[in-house]
Amino acid sequence: MLRTENVTMKFGGLTAVSELSLEIGKNEIVGLIGPNGAGKTTAFNCITGVNAPTSGKVIFQGEEITGLPRHQVTRRGIARTFQNIRLFRELSVLENVLVGCHLQLRANLFEATLHLPGYRRRDREARAFAMSLLEEVGLAADAGEPAVSLPYGKQRRLEIARALATRPSLLLLDEPAAGMNPQESVELMHFIRRIRDQFGLSILLIEHHMQFVMGICQKLWVLEYGVTIARGDPAAIRRDPKVIEAYLGVE
Amino acid sequence: MRPGRRHLLLSLAAGALFVVALALGDQFLDSFQLRVSSLCAIYVVLALSLNLVNGFTGLFSLGHAGFMAVGAYTCALLTMTPEQKEMNFFLAPVVPWLAHLSIPFLPALVAAGLVAALIGFLVGAPALRLKDDYLAIATLGFAEIIRVVLTNTQTLTNGALGLKGLPMYATTWVVWPCAALSVAFMVFLTRSSYGRAMKAVRDDEIAAGAMGVDVFRVKVVSFTVSSFMAGVGGALLGHLLTTIDPKMFTFMLTFNILLVVVLGGIGSITGSVIAAIGVTILMEVLRFLDGPLNFGLFETEARPGLRMVVFSLLLMAVVLFRQRGLMGNREFSWSMFSRAGLARREDGRA
Repeated sequence: MLRTENVTMKFGGLTAVSELSLEIGKNEIVGLIGPNGAGKTTAFNCITGVNAPTSGKVIFQGEEITGLPRHQVTRRGIARTFQNIRLFRELSVLENVLVGCHLQLRANLFEATLHLPGYRRRDREARAFAMSLLEEVGLAADAGEPAVSLPYGKQRRLEIARALATRPSLLLLDEPAAGMNPQESVELMHFIRRIRDQFGLSILLIEHHMQFVMGICQKLWVLEYGVTIARGDPAAIRRDPKVIEAYLGVE
Repeated sequence: MRPGRRHLLLSLAAGALFVVALALGDQFLDSFQLRVSSLCAIYVVLALSLNLVNGFTGLFSLGHAGFMAVGAYTCALLTMTPEQKEMNFFLAPVVPWLAHLSIPFLPALVAAGLVAALIGFLVGAPALRLKDDYLAIATLGFAEIIRVVLTNTQTLTNGALGLKGLPMYATTWVVWPCAALSVAFMVFLTRSSYGRAMKAVRDDEIAAGAMGVDVFRVKVVSFTVSSFMAGVGGALLGHLLTTIDPKMFTFMLTFNILLVVVLGGIGSITGSVIAAIGVTILMEVLRFLDGPLNFGLFETEARPGLRMVVFSLLLMAVVLFRQRGLMGNREFSWSMFSRAGLARREDGRA
């Protein structure tokens, strides 16, 4: 599904990500973990086109997408959420999701402004789809509210709904459980599994919440100072002395 | 009656009332008042065009006067008769291909918009890679370049002498329909998916890109469309004042429009319309401040420009007490009244 080959990202003299080679199969949930500043979010940015990697390749569904502009990456089926929630503040909850439907609407300025019949039909479909996604994440009742007025947990779910609206095949979640209590993160775990099955997704996620990561991921990559120090299934990672020293701490 | 249908009827009634008001105004106002009314309509067009880039797409552009100048000159040169051109270009003759060109006003108005849009595209394509204040400085610079070019192309624009004796085409029945069309365009645009994409770019560029919105393209389209409207507004202004010269199109003109947009509310069509009309009328009403003021006991000398102090104070008050302007980013809607309880009878309670 997604493969990165020796992706390296340098900012001046700092190597944020070094020789990262990820691999995500179809319908897999893969975790990217490591201490703060290990380069996890930078890795996300390299995959989604926010940063063009200094060297290395990103290959998605057999096609090289290294350094493509953000919207092109999304167009090919990769959607993401952000660590520091990035909602469209002044738009309503429903409109936020509708922006995600932008690709499906395929409207140019004049078609959209003149509300031509083809546009109207697609707009109606998009609205229905957006509402169904909001129901999926339990935000249907808040559809008309301004996005900023939502409490934190709902904002996170809105970000996921918005990402799903682009009809991705790979979903990247940057710390989805941040700021959630144990009860909420268990619910989130079920939710992520459910959307994976329902939408046939592959998921790559960054998370610090170890119970969450171990509970949901089939494979893990561990970064420290941009270097991959371990990879494998959760059970093996938990026992890996290097990982314990760098990240998990001695038990 | 369903609220949707009721609102449609109300809108139609308001539209009809507006047309009647225009007809009455055209009949009974004196020529000075009519001029102010036309100026109001032109400022509505200009404020909306600036609000499109600044308010809805979040691009801090200060190049508006430049695009207005392009529109004004294009329209003037296309509509003036060969004799008028000969009279105007007495220092150096006009370029041959323009000398005998004279087309009707409406096609010239569209051409003015298109040429301004083209220049807007050429300026925007490189400048829109910049952000925030850098973009503001770059667009300001481009507007000045346009003005300097106009001043120095003697055979094309008559340079610093400007063009005089343009036909007075900007009548009530031209400017107000243009304003109404601009309002309708903006309303439909901002409600469409394209308008949503613009607002998404404004609120968060990175997230908009991640949603599949081609951020750069949206910016360029917004900037180009805004230039089109600015060009049309400039052309109308030229044909209202019947004389144009490069000095008209300095940064001060952009500032006046920016003032309207900020006072009305950045990102509100309603706010821009109200503020455009309010500020234009106030500019004329306060004209007495520029002359000598008689306080009974003493009299002050004439101080040209004193009325602008009022607008500065107004702007300061807005910055201090109402940062988001008159309307914020809200819009007028008929349900506003029912929410306020003014339409209680229609809810069937009384």
